[in-house]
Amino acid sequence: MSHDGHAEAAGLWSRIFSTDHKVIAKQYLFTGIAMAFLGGILAQIMRLQLSNPGHPVPGLGVVQGIKYNATVTMHGTVMIFWVAMPLLLGAFGNFLIPLMVGTRDMAFPRLNMLSYWTFFLSTVVLVSSFLVPGGPSPVGWTAYPPLSAIPAYSGNTWGVHLWILAVALELVAFLMGGINYITTAINLRAPGMRMRDLPLVVWMQIAASIIFLFSVGPLVAGAVMLLLDRTAGTGFYNPAAGGDPLLFQHLFWFFGHPEVYVLLLPGLGIVAEILPVFSRKPIFGYRMIVWSTVVTGLLSFVVWAHHQFVSGIDPRLAAPFSLTTILISVPVAVTLFCFMATLYRGSIEFKTPMLFALGMMAVFLIGGVTGILNGSAAADIYIHDTYFVVAHFHYALIPPVFFSFFAGIYYWYPKMFGRMMNETLGRLHFLGTFLFVNVTFLPMFVMGLRGYPRRVYDPSQFVALGNMGGMQILATIGTAGLLFSQVPLLINFFGSMKRGRVAGANPWRANTLEWLAPSPPQHGNFDEIPSVYRWPYEYSAPGRDNDWYPQHVAPEGALSRKAG
Amino acid sequence: MFDWLPRAASTYAHDIDGLIWLITAIVGVWFILAEAVLVFLIVRYRRRPGHPAAYVTGDRRRQVAWILVPCVAILACDLIIDGASAHVWEKMKQTQPKPELEIRIEGRQWAWIFVHPGPDGRLDTPDDVVKMNEIHVPVNAVVRFALRSSDTLHSLWIPELRLKQDAVPGRTIYGWFEATRTGSYGVLCAELCGAAHGMMRGTLTVDEPDVYRGWVAAEASPPPAAGAASPATTSAASTSPAAPASTPATKGAIAR
Repeated sequence: MSHDGHAEAAGLWSRIFSTDHKVIAKQYLFTGIAMAFLGGILAQIMRLQLSNPGHPVPGLGVVQGIKYNATVTMHGTVMIFWVAMPLLLGAFGNFLIPLMVGTRDMAFPRLNMLSYWTFFLSTVVLVSSFLVPGGPSPVGWTAYPPLSAIPAYSGNTWGVHLWILAVALELVAFLMGGINYITTAINLRAPGMRMRDLPLVVWMQIAASIIFLFSVGPLVAGAVMLLLDRTAGTGFYNPAAGGDPLLFQHLFWFFGHPEVYVLLLPGLGIVAEILPVFSRKPIFGYRMIVWSTVVTGLLSFVVWAHHQFVSGIDPRLAAPFSLTTILISVPVAVTLFCFMATLYRGSIEFKTPMLFALGMMAVFLIGGVTGILNGSAAADIYIHDTYFVVAHFHYALIPPVFFSFFAGIYYWYPKMFGRMMNETLGRLHFLGTFLFVNVTFLPMFVMGLRGYPRRVYDPSQFVALGNMGGMQILATIGTAGLLFSQVPLLINFFGSMKRGRVAGANPWRANTLEWLAPSPPQHGNFDEIPSVYRWPYEYSAPGRDNDWYPQHVAPEGALSRKAG
Repeated sequence: MFDWLPRAASTYAHDIDGLIWLITAIVGVWFILAEAVLVFLIVRYRRRPGHPAAYVTGDRRRQVAWILVPCVAILACDLIIDGASAHVWEKMKQTQPKPELEIRIEGRQWAWIFVHPGPDGRLDTPDDVVKMNEIHVPVNAVVRFALRSSDTLHSLWIPELRLKQDAVPGRTIYGWFEATRTGSYGVLCAELCGAAHGMMRGTLTVDEPDVYRGWVAAEASPPPAAGAASPATTSAASTSPAAPASTPATKGAIAR
């Protein structure tokens, strides 16, 4: 019937330009996964060049000079802005928040759709910069002027223009997303759900969104000024015209360091959801975790100049920024210790989501403790801009961005796609990833301590500092292994959509509201909006037959909270 | 034994190395402790039949103490590290020992220009020794440098001295070092500065004082009076910062 045909056409259209938070989440998910492979391939190109300096990388020639700098720049840019953010915030934030607070969709579904399509546009702009004359931006993901401000210095005009435009668009996209996350979690909670009944991952998404909202303005302004310097003849960063290059560094890191916590917090949130389910215990210290998140968020705004200890800032600023930076270890330690205490007297089942959650904690500890060395202003004089820093921030970011993401995918895949993923492939994926992350980045600590600087395409010239040829080869094997270890994930991810065991609504016997909805949830999520009676972590409660007690299940004979 | 850091060659290098090892020791203990506890908990509380999980929420005062007591210990360690770090920083960056030699350094795409005072011991006199990618200093002498950049950011990086300082166009940044070992060391650039950033490097030569004085005298001596000066001597003595080998066509862009 023509009527049906019309409905189908409208259906296709509305599936692409959908306002459903779950569809938008999957759009972020698939875009992020695709960009992760781009970022990974760029990393592999760098590693091949570094372990075999002076020799061509197959198919690309010798990756040196501007070509190498562009590879470095795009790897960092893609991984931070086009992988970490869409996966952790775009995919999980969108998918989980409405389901977990028990509502039918985001507070502003159209704004949500606009957010994704702005992000999509930014992706197109970024990827198209690979095709313009001169290639993509070679000025580093930090884009410090004057190198980035004056095209003659970088030898690149269009790549940098497009880079700035793409990053600004990306930030705008997540600004719209963040407003939605905060409003939804605060205003659209199910009847009876108090703030202290919010799952920690929702808390963390709110915290991350608030941090992002407060920090992103200066960078957008900084990017616009940079674009004006490049195109309109202004001199915000040009000392010859009365400007100052350090201004950009302040604007960049005022955003850039809080951004680390924008990525870390949702990663920790995912772990906080998985630990209780697979140890059948309440999360330990819910309120301590929430408060330490608040403190971490506040502190994250007053640490930015630790990126600039040797940049020429007033040396009297070093000690206070060193202090705040190192102090942030306290609230982060509170959260990690609470996670560890959650395992105490638990009944731990090592399913793949749990393996990645535990792996996240084990690996993140390395990133955490090495951060203290960077945070010390005096020690940083030596380590700044060496491979030590490269190793440190990969150890700090890979756990939340990849380990937590993988943990979350294995955990919520049944909800997203209605079927279970394969455990054997999942374990294989975990073992490979865990092993090769360390094979890649442990050698970089050694190189960094020997003084090897970052962003240099031929490390063989520094052999007087100690021969690092073996370490370079080891790190390259590590990256290749890491990329190859993602094959089981891909097979599992796409194969399980058709062949996975049908999941049912609540395959993990978990408490939070998303497990009440069918798998996958229909448009509108719930047949009937649930009422909430308790916090999300009521596992192994004394005096019950079941070791879980969902948030929406009314206690015997109790009135619903909305009535009371 | 494998040396984790390159051999130190300046007075404050030992302070930095000491600080790095102090921090490594402190965080190393915490790291090993935390990983050990994590692994213990994972193994000890793996799922076994007949061992259901306990209901522990961590809200009781004693349970909160499990978390907060170690965190207070961490806070104490943080403050020790901050104190030690501020002390070293203050010595390196906020005090200036009386200099015996002043050198002017300029970073540019893609070379380091070093202006040494000539035999008269003063800068901005005709006998200044201007060298590209080559700096000479006497051993055990405090050297004060004035660091500038004429184009992008650069970062003066001499690993053996534990010296790193960005060069910022529009600013002159002062610093100092005192080399304690004769020899020659790489002078690298640690801040991305364009296409040949990775190839921007020079050499620091630390000499005995008399050797250094001899080098300055030889470099500063006027070219042989005979009209046909040897090209090598001329270029060594009069290489001016205004005529670098590889300045890109950027002056127009700046002027605009």
